[in-house]
Amino acid sequence: MTSVAERPAGRTASGLSARARAISELTGRDRAVRAVLFVAALVPTAALAFLVYEMIKQAYPAIIFNGWSFFTTKKFTMGNLYGNVVVKHGYQAAQGADFGVLPLLFGTLVSSLIALVLAVPVAVGGAILLVEKVPARLQGALGVFLELLAGIPSIVFGLWGIYTFGPLLSRTVYRWIAALGIPWLSGSTGAGEGLLTASVVLAVMIIPIVASIARELVRSVPAVSKEGAVALGLTPTETIRFVTIPYVRTGLIAAAVLGWARALGETIAVLVISGDALNIYPHSIFDPFSTMAATIAAFLDSALTDSTGMAIHALAEVGLVLLAVTFLTNLGGRLLARRFSDAGLPVGRGV
Amino acid sequence: MSLKRRLTDRIFWVVCGVAFLLIAAPSISVLVSVFHQAVPALGWQLFSHRTNAKATGLQNAILGSLILLGGVLVVAGSVGVAAGIYLAEYATGRTEKLLRFFSEILAGMPSIVIGYIAYLTLVVQFHWGYSLLAAVIALSALVLPYIVKTTEVALRQVPTAIREAGAGLGMPRTATLTRMLLPTALPGIVSGLIVALAISTGELAPLLFTAGFTDTNPKLQLLHQQVPYLTNVIYTDISLPGSRAHATAAAAGLLSLLLLVILITAGRLVARRARRQTARMSL
Repeated sequence: MTSVAERPAGRTASGLSARARAISELTGRDRAVRAVLFVAALVPTAALAFLVYEMIKQAYPAIIFNGWSFFTTKKFTMGNLYGNVVVKHGYQAAQGADFGVLPLLFGTLVSSLIALVLAVPVAVGGAILLVEKVPARLQGALGVFLELLAGIPSIVFGLWGIYTFGPLLSRTVYRWIAALGIPWLSGSTGAGEGLLTASVVLAVMIIPIVASIARELVRSVPAVSKEGAVALGLTPTETIRFVTIPYVRTGLIAAAVLGWARALGETIAVLVISGDALNIYPHSIFDPFSTMAATIAAFLDSALTDSTGMAIHALAEVGLVLLAVTFLTNLGGRLLARRFSDAGLPVGRGV
Repeated sequence: MSLKRRLTDRIFWVVCGVAFLLIAAPSISVLVSVFHQAVPALGWQLFSHRTNAKATGLQNAILGSLILLGGVLVVAGSVGVAAGIYLAEYATGRTEKLLRFFSEILAGMPSIVIGYIAYLTLVVQFHWGYSLLAAVIALSALVLPYIVKTTEVALRQVPTAIREAGAGLGMPRTATLTRMLLPTALPGIVSGLIVALAISTGELAPLLFTAGFTDTNPKLQLLHQQVPYLTNVIYTDISLPGSRAHATAAAAGLLSLLLLVILITAGRLVARRARRQTARMSL
């Protein structure tokens, strides 16, 4: 009997015999329900398999057509869609078509990394303040900002970025930065569309993800450990540095990775704010640029008019690279979190 | 205490305060800026008229958005809750780990990739055209992992003692689940569904190539009928010339934000019930 009761708690079944007994205790109806639930549980996995399979299938002609030049060409152009057709490696494409992912990969990585560097300290600082200094009564009310920020549609962020925030930054902060004359941080600041504005807006978008996890983590630090630190005469700041941060480090890394993944895949806001410059590396941080996700959204319409179909396949290949980057980020975050989880915890979890 | 340590402490809290302001300021700024731009378009005609070149109505887009949310609730809601129940109550060992892992990977899938594949398969290959079903499936694929996760977590917070009580009374597993576990976990599950709806409200990338858009009111027809929705109005109208189009775009943004605030409020009320429920059970 106990095996029936204990299994649902999530622990693995203690032994085969116990498991067999648990199954034999199921009625026919129980089994039918379990079968239906199992089918439902397969859906996310099946959806993932379908998406990845379709992505590879769609990208395959482009992979053969482009070869390695996909990762060395600095240009992404669909060629003359009304001109002649060229054949390479057995696949047709429009004349002048040249597909290279480099500038897009560059734009995606740089914008998301800038966003991450800006967002994590702000999110963690805000979360610490919210938990440690704000009275419990107000915490809920102030937490509304996080939920609101998390739920604002990305197109609304786009709207805000080009009409309000970008011009504001361009008039003020960007001028000051540009005046310093540091290479890559200088030049014309434009109207506020471009790499830096898009990165800052991305940062604003991932702050709620990182901050809400950080808030839960900081809350989870046992009071006993903090009391110990206070008893040793540490100031609140030192308590945070020596007790809280080491305790939550693993979770913070995971939170940062989650935020990073969101920034990598963000489409619409970047599409609106980036200035959509396709074939150039930005020469300064204020220049227009583009990302992989934004390019797919921007070009799907015109890619459909390519009679050879290669433009569609090339976009799928871009999507596949984006998938690979997102997947590696996720995996890297998990490994990193696991690596830190045993070394970085001077305070026992079960205190 | 040395002056240096006290000063460091002060500075640290000031920095944290600035960080918090940097979180709060953008959300206020977004609200103010969207409201400010939407003012010329505000009025009853938003609800009574449809989108067209002359008036600043949004009736069709509002209805379309609500229908899409309903569709997501039906498709992703039923599948997601069922999958969450299986993961929390039935799955064991390697199956459990793998299913959860893949569900989490799906959660990290960029929304434009989902939209792109949904377009190529559902809209083109299956000849569904821009349609309600294609849009709902694309959105559901996006929010499904969240529902699975929150359902699983909600069920795991139900104490084992309740399951033991069910088994002790000789109840079949299904009866224990429907009569004892689900009612207890319900607030948690519902707040997960609300989060999924909030995400769906703001999404555009998966809908851009699956839902299409019309200036007529949406019909409850699954295939071959385009669906208008709010985020699309924002996207198309900001690239149109003229201040009226821009005001309409902002008004559509304001309405999505309003929908969001309603969902957040509902979610908070439900979450509060969930907390009380948990507090009552942990004896």
